[in-house]
Amino acid sequence: MASHSVTLRHHFENAEQQKDASTIGMWMFLVTEIMFFGGLFMAYIAYRGAYPEAFAAGSEKLNIVYGTINTLVLICSSLTMAMAVHSAAVGKKKMIVLFLILTLILGGVFLGIKAVEYHDKYVGHEIPGVNFHPEIDGHPNVAVQNVSLYFALYFGMTGLHAMHMIVGVGMISFLIFKASRGAYTAEWHTPVELFGLYWHFVDIVWIFLFPLLYLIDLHQGR
Amino acid sequence: METVATAVEREPRTYLNVDHTLKSWLLTEDHKRIGILYLIVITIFFAIGGLFAALIRIELTTPAGDLVESSVYNRLFTGHGIIMVFFFLIPSIPASLGNFLIPLMIGAKDVAFPKLNLLSWYLYVIGGSMALTAIIYGGIDTGWTFYVPFSTGYASGMVMLTLVGIFINGFSSILTGLNFMVTIHRMRAPGMTWFRLPLFIWSLYSTSLIQVLATPVVAVTLLLAALERGLHIGIFDPALGGDPVLFQHLFWFYSHPAVYIMILPAMGVTSEIISTFSKKEPFGYSFIALSSLAIAVFGFIVWGHHLFVSSQSVYAGMVFSILSYLVAIPSAIKVFNWVSTMYKGSVELTTPMLYGIGFIGLFTIGGLTGLFLASMGMDVHLTDTYFVIAHFHYIMVGGAIMGFMGGLHFWWPKITGKLYSETWARLSAIIIFLGFNLTFFPQFILGYMGMPRRYHVYAPEFQVFNVLSSAGASVLGLGYALPLVYFLWSIFFGKKAPANPWGATGLEWQIQSPPLPENFEITPVITEAPYHYAPSEEVVHVG
Repeated sequence: MASHSVTLRHHFENAEQQKDASTIGMWMFLVTEIMFFGGLFMAYIAYRGAYPEAFAAGSEKLNIVYGTINTLVLICSSLTMAMAVHSAAVGKKKMIVLFLILTLILGGVFLGIKAVEYHDKYVGHEIPGVNFHPEIDGHPNVAVQNVSLYFALYFGMTGLHAMHMIVGVGMISFLIFKASRGAYTAEWHTPVELFGLYWHFVDIVWIFLFPLLYLIDLHQGR
Repeated sequence: METVATAVEREPRTYLNVDHTLKSWLLTEDHKRIGILYLIVITIFFAIGGLFAALIRIELTTPAGDLVESSVYNRLFTGHGIIMVFFFLIPSIPASLGNFLIPLMIGAKDVAFPKLNLLSWYLYVIGGSMALTAIIYGGIDTGWTFYVPFSTGYASGMVMLTLVGIFINGFSSILTGLNFMVTIHRMRAPGMTWFRLPLFIWSLYSTSLIQVLATPVVAVTLLLAALERGLHIGIFDPALGGDPVLFQHLFWFYSHPAVYIMILPAMGVTSEIISTFSKKEPFGYSFIALSSLAIAVFGFIVWGHHLFVSSQSVYAGMVFSILSYLVAIPSAIKVFNWVSTMYKGSVELTTPMLYGIGFIGLFTIGGLTGLFLASMGMDVHLTDTYFVIAHFHYIMVGGAIMGFMGGLHFWWPKITGKLYSETWARLSAIIIFLGFNLTFFPQFILGYMGMPRRYHVYAPEFQVFNVLSSAGASVLGLGYALPLVYFLWSIFFGKKAPANPWGATGLEWQIQSPPLPENFEITPVITEAPYHYAPSEEVVHVG
């Protein structure tokens, strides 16, 4: 890779301009991501407003323990990511690798738990469109088809989030590879910094998803 | 220096002749070459979309459905709409002329992310090919709006492939917008302050803002529609508790601003043309610049006027109606300022200027008829009639395509380094203007009389206007065919273009035609406003 020694691309005047451009680009990309998730959140608002009981009944089916553990895992991964960026900024090359690997592991744990959860949903016949016969006997006033909407949104939102996690895991593996060869220095570590922004963003999306999807039956006073 | 002296005598180095291989084009990171790649694919899509339009107009010449069956007719107007909206109009000016011009106009060597720029082109080609495949292999009959539950439950054809194609193309649009915004923020030459930016840049900045903020919403909406169609998850299906109107809200949250993605760049082109050929600074520069932003912002809060008859509450309808009227203010500011710019200017009726003036007239008609549709009572009568068709074609064809053609003629000498035949070009501009009006003005009357859109069989009393419209379409078709001929002719046989054939003041005209691969030998330092035409000297000289 030529970018090892020459990190300034030809069309930029100086390193500062290059870094500014990349940073603004990343923030703008995250804004588009907010709008992308926004469509799903909009659908969630509309349907939860229309069918509050059905959403509570669906939410009851989720495993709050898994959800809570995953929330903690992701928050910890944000911490390790922030430590990786800090290590890069102060030029501790080995610590960058260490913290990136920790972040990778935590991301993997999150995805593993998520996979277990998805499997439980499959066993419990709670996947809309594929196999959907959930046990909702405790809610005589709730129509199955409206619970289906809840699960459609559950899989849509957490699925899209998981896709972002998988992409993140891919990118972080690349960063670890580069960092282990000492590519990132105190002067130039833009990729680590920008990836950090992405990772925190994905984390924040989960912070919203967790209460909206897992905790609404508590709100209903169970 | 001495060693290259012989080479200089033969031909100066330009971005076109540094390398001639196919690979050097398909893997280029030069924004100018990427602009040309876009121009080629856009032209192909325009021709295909135009072919569909021709078949529609031939069918509608008689009241009976004698050329095609209704199912084929549905596929024709759907194909026409999808190709023209998503694969021609949205990328037209920004991706081709914008790509070519933004770095030249702001004094940069390239856009901020050249590789991303190339990726955007590939995403566009991949998405376009997928939609085209679906349209060729059987076509789809949902209309370009993909309204649910028809598109997710009942429509035949490869709806899924088309949705995925448009989804991928959406990312091309998002990334282009993002690239342009970062470029305009961070790549400006020293001294190029915001209020020294050419008006074309302001309009593209506003366009990019919409692309970046609105396109992700339609992307996720179409993704949900695709999921619904594939898995019947019920999100838009009333039989499963879903709400089809939610789809309309999400769809128009993008698709109304999308109209401004089409018209804003054309407005920017017009601002450049009117100023250049009036030899005057634009009247009210900052008003024109900021009205572009205002249109982009207002564009986000008017989508409900597409849902006046879709079970939206009357009060929501009233709010959307008033907000829609507000868009007229920045639009009118632009029109008045263009006209004021021409006032007492030394107006030259060159080809780009003909398109520029044509744009003002047609956009005004399109905009004013938009106000009819923004008022709720009128809209109930006019919804889904040819009045709507005529209205948005005045904006999209009379506005956006006139702007595109005007821009293409204006910057053609800069892009290719060749001059086209001014006589033929003026002739075709006039033919297009006349053909356009003959095609679409009768449709206002048809719509007012109550002829509904999307039917291939109609009551016999509508035939006169339909024949007029189809006759106009043939004239329009001729008008669009001519530039293809004389542009190609100019590439091979045209006279060499000087650096500044129009006597314009923009930065892009101060460098050679065609430009160097790196645009500027040394980064320019900007010391004055973009439009510094000497006001009195010219007049004294002529008098």
